[in-house]
Amino acid sequence: MTAAVHVQPLHGLMAEYDTPEQVLSAAEAARKAGYVRMDAYTPHPVEGLDDALGMKPTNLGFLVLGAGLFGAAAGYFLQWYSAAVFYPLNIGGRPLHDWPTYVVITFEVTVLLAAFTAGLVMLARNGLPRPYHPVFNAPGFERATRDGYFLCIEADDPRFDEAAVRTFLGGTGAGRVVEVPR
Amino acid sequence: MAVVTGTPRIQETNRVIAPGQTAGGIDDVVNTPVLVGPQRTPTWWWALFGVSMSLLLLYLVSVVHLVTTGMGIFGNNQPVSWAMPIINFVWWIGIGHAGTLISAALLLFRQPWRTSINRFAEAMTIFAVVCAGLYPILHLGRPWVFYWLMPYPNTFGMFPNFRSPLTWDMFAISTYASVSLLFWFIGLIPDLATLRDSAKSRFQKLIYGALALGWNGSAKAWQRYTRAYLLLAALSFPLVLSVHSTIAMDFAVSQVPGWNNTVMPPYFVAGAVFAGFAMVLLLAIPLRRAFGLEGLITMRHLDNAAKLLLGTGMIVVYGYGVELFYAWYSGVEFEVFMAYNRVFGADHGWAFWALILCNLVAIQPLWFRKVRQSPAALFVISIFVSIGMWLERFVIIVVSLTKDFLPSSWGNYVPTFWDWALYAGSFGLFGTLFLIFIRLLPSIATTEMKELVHHDAHHGSDAYEAIREAYYRGEVRA
Repeated sequence: MTAAVHVQPLHGLMAEYDTPEQVLSAAEAARKAGYVRMDAYTPHPVEGLDDALGMKPTNLGFLVLGAGLFGAAAGYFLQWYSAAVFYPLNIGGRPLHDWPTYVVITFEVTVLLAAFTAGLVMLARNGLPRPYHPVFNAPGFERATRDGYFLCIEADDPRFDEAAVRTFLGGTGAGRVVEVPR
Repeated sequence: MAVVTGTPRIQETNRVIAPGQTAGGIDDVVNTPVLVGPQRTPTWWWALFGVSMSLLLLYLVSVVHLVTTGMGIFGNNQPVSWAMPIINFVWWIGIGHAGTLISAALLLFRQPWRTSINRFAEAMTIFAVVCAGLYPILHLGRPWVFYWLMPYPNTFGMFPNFRSPLTWDMFAISTYASVSLLFWFIGLIPDLATLRDSAKSRFQKLIYGALALGWNGSAKAWQRYTRAYLLLAALSFPLVLSVHSTIAMDFAVSQVPGWNNTVMPPYFVAGAVFAGFAMVLLLAIPLRRAFGLEGLITMRHLDNAAKLLLGTGMIVVYGYGVELFYAWYSGVEFEVFMAYNRVFGADHGWAFWALILCNLVAIQPLWFRKVRQSPAALFVISIFVSIGMWLERFVIIVVSLTKDFLPSSWGNYVPTFWDWALYAGSFGLFGTLFLIFIRLLPSIATTEMKELVHHDAHHGSDAYEAIREAYYRGEVRA
């Protein structure tokens, strides 16, 4: 790397806390102070943190419902089309379109599509798999999966001013405030 | 908790793990044995791994012999065309059900004690489903064309018969296997990220880092994650009930006396949970000892699992009663004879009474708290239950088939060496997979445990706990 780089592009400023209560109140304060581009990093889900950060609720449930309904329709269609139309099997003169025997497979396909939508859409919306993320540059960030609670105010926030943010985070009881290079 | 005076109750608080746990402490206890280098693998692990691998070798030899020779190596023949492979299939898949029930149903019912045992129970589910799922495929006669069971556009222009419970089975088991695997992996992601961040060697960082998919625990990610996890639990719970109901319908939809019975689906589900909790106890009791997890998998967990064992066991015994009642009440000659033959038959009557001994008599001590608090007693009872649930399937499948309608078509069934070899070998398959799991992945869901620790601290149960401990020591009198 050449020596010319002295202004390192910044992802944001990261504050470190020891308890979930601290990060929760810091997030609340940051939202009230008008910051919008921020995220918190915690080892386990902290109830209310998404609200404190001003995040909208996820609409994952509706997607899963849609996928489940599609699965039900597809599962039923598969059986009806193949057993009653494409390859009719006469078994003891029973009706070709006998819906009670279609119930189990319709249910299984419903669950299969709904479950994989829940799991895979969650991963995709979270941007995973993702080999690189700037927050991992923060010193001491290993604690974010152990017992550290972090709040990062990002540099692309319209109100971002490094000195002001540093003072603000310092006043929220953070153990330390570090720069996160991009 | 060893010295107990008076009549203390274990359920006094909602606390399920030992007091004084911290988030970092849980990581240290659970992840240290996972992250140590291969040269520090415990001797007991190598010993068990050696035994399991030997049995797995037996399994592979049996499979090769089966595929190259054919179904004739087994004792199956007319009239008993479903025998050991199907008994073992139902037995293994039943065991799997407890894992899903713990991870999904107990999550939805907000039972905090699930958290210590859900991860290894889910792993148990997946490995049991692997053992189970291979049996029907190997039992096909031509296992290499098993994909004909699936509906796909093919040059024959044919489709599977969707009216057959065997086709339902194929859908139920493959859905169950894939959804269980997804649920397990989604649950593991934050724990894998913890391993990535505490790993020392570059190789470990690379492997666990790749598996963690770049998880960083952001609030937005957690928001979606917790919703997805809840949805998966809500989907898995009815799924697990449907799977064993479908397997029960393989029997109930037929006309064989002893099979054609509406009690089969609920009674099979109860039996599956019964067998599964026995296996959870058989795995949990040595596991907590070997890895020093007594503070996380406490007597409270064993006690609760034992209560479920007793409860589901009594439902199963009720099922036996209902089966015999149906036979009598139906007035059908064949059903009445089946019931008589099942209980007093010269060939297999012993199996019914052994089953009653294992599944009814052996679980009665669980009414007593002292027994539920004794790991040794629970271990022995769980072995009885596992044998009993195998015998149950033997009685239902084999005894019903040997003597059904026409006396001229009656026959007997004797398992061959290869029947037993494939069964013993399936333990090797299960054991090998489970040992690799406990060595390379955390057997306790550390992330969820941290949430529990935080919850406990938040609700001040530590102070309450101190009073309770003092009570146990006899310093405080109620």
